[in-house]
Amino acid sequence: MTAVPVVLDASDISRALTRIAHEIVERNKGCANVVLLGIPTRGVPLAKRIAQRLQDIDGTQVPSGSIDITMYRDDLRLKPARALSITEVPVEGVDDKLVILVDDVLFSGRTIRAAMDAVSDLGRPQAIQLATLVDRGHRELPIRADYVGKNLPTAFDEAVHVHLSELDGEDSVVLGRDRS
Amino acid sequence: MKAHLLSTADLDREGALQILDTAQELARVADMPIKKMPTLRGRTVVNLFFEDSTRTRISFEAAAKRLSADVINFAAKGSSVSKGESLKDTALTLAAMGADAVVIRHSMSGAPHQLAHADWMDAHVINAGDGTHEHPTQALLDAFTLRNHLADHISAPKQGSVGLDGLHVAIVGDVLHSRVARSNVHLLNTLGAKVTVVAPPTLMPLHNDGWPCEVSYDLDTVLPQVDAVMMLRVQRERMEGGFFPSEREYSQRYGLDERRAALLPDHAVVMHPGPMNRGLEIASRVADSDRSVIIDQVRNGVSVRMAVLYLLLGGNESALSEVNA
Repeated sequence: MTAVPVVLDASDISRALTRIAHEIVERNKGCANVVLLGIPTRGVPLAKRIAQRLQDIDGTQVPSGSIDITMYRDDLRLKPARALSITEVPVEGVDDKLVILVDDVLFSGRTIRAAMDAVSDLGRPQAIQLATLVDRGHRELPIRADYVGKNLPTAFDEAVHVHLSELDGEDSVVLGRDRS
Repeated sequence: MKAHLLSTADLDREGALQILDTAQELARVADMPIKKMPTLRGRTVVNLFFEDSTRTRISFEAAAKRLSADVINFAAKGSSVSKGESLKDTALTLAAMGADAVVIRHSMSGAPHQLAHADWMDAHVINAGDGTHEHPTQALLDAFTLRNHLADHISAPKQGSVGLDGLHVAIVGDVLHSRVARSNVHLLNTLGAKVTVVAPPTLMPLHNDGWPCEVSYDLDTVLPQVDAVMMLRVQRERMEGGFFPSEREYSQRYGLDERRAALLPDHAVVMHPGPMNRGLEIASRVADSDRSVIIDQVRNGVSVRMAVLYLLLGGNESALSEVNA
């Protein structure tokens, strides 16, 4: 029995999110027009944490919400219909906003493709950007993250598990053998 | 095996709540600038209506279209059915056209069951009202409406989604001919509500011993105790006379007029599955009052039907399982 390899611990995650927040402010010259949308499940608390950091840095309250992408997935017909997660778009809406999608792990890119479709049904943002805690590679679509917490080279059959204190009681990113 | 939605008696609590929770999420589609999701692209839903219907048919049509399914409307009037085609041949025709789901309304109780189990076609069957038997999506939208409007009066379970625990609902009127009443009695009971059916003795089913509800013949004593009252339409088309002496007498004893509505607790809501006979089972002033949630029922119908279509058709196998096949 070998110990589970911990890729990021709590302080690593915290530093990565702080850096992402700084990059957002730098690249967009502030964050006045930003709306953060987390992709359920773990993108949602991540979006909230980034919003908090943006407020600490820039002093502006950045709206953060969630966007469920189940109905836009391209693999719906490969599995039984699944339960929907909650979509909560901030009252500001997305029209003419800089929407930043937030997810825990960027893998094939198909989730992000679905999320972009979902956002465009809500309105027409000025731009859409993508922030992810872990980019593990193996893209199947021409999609790239604008803000990455950690680039993590993985084998295709490995699993990356993100644990967040809001949902799992602790902050960590661990590598597993089999994908679940 | 193909999953169908034929009766609310087939739904367990978990399955019913899955539909309501999914509907809750889909309800926001109505507020989106683009009221459409690509989920059922390329799937065909046939509305097979052997009986007149406006709201149920357009509600299913709106639901299917919001999920990007293709909709074919088949009304029996002016079709091959009026030339004598059997249900079997209609089914075979629809199968040949590649229907993925058939929404059926029929004047004969059991027609959807026959369609689902006779091995004529390979499609999901959704019962949109069969004779005096069941109308499951109506009961689901009623439960959804109750859950939203009376949230403060429902006792939340220790775990899982909120049902209708602790509510008391009266179903009033032509219970004998009402598929809405039958579907609601089963579903509301499954979700934890107490149900009292109120009707004149002539319009009360004789063999309702198995129904999980209480029976009353006196509306005035029931009204002060309930959280919601569901008025049923007097179904003149199914009556061949003799059920009550006159409409005036029915209205006086079982109609919901302003005096009776005042007997309800302050928070109680008034429901009606539509279409209403204003002045017969419900007074206009009550139907248009603040207590009335009748228009909400119609709005919620689209969300609930979207949920049913998504759960039946959305995946490679249905998320809804039929409990007793």
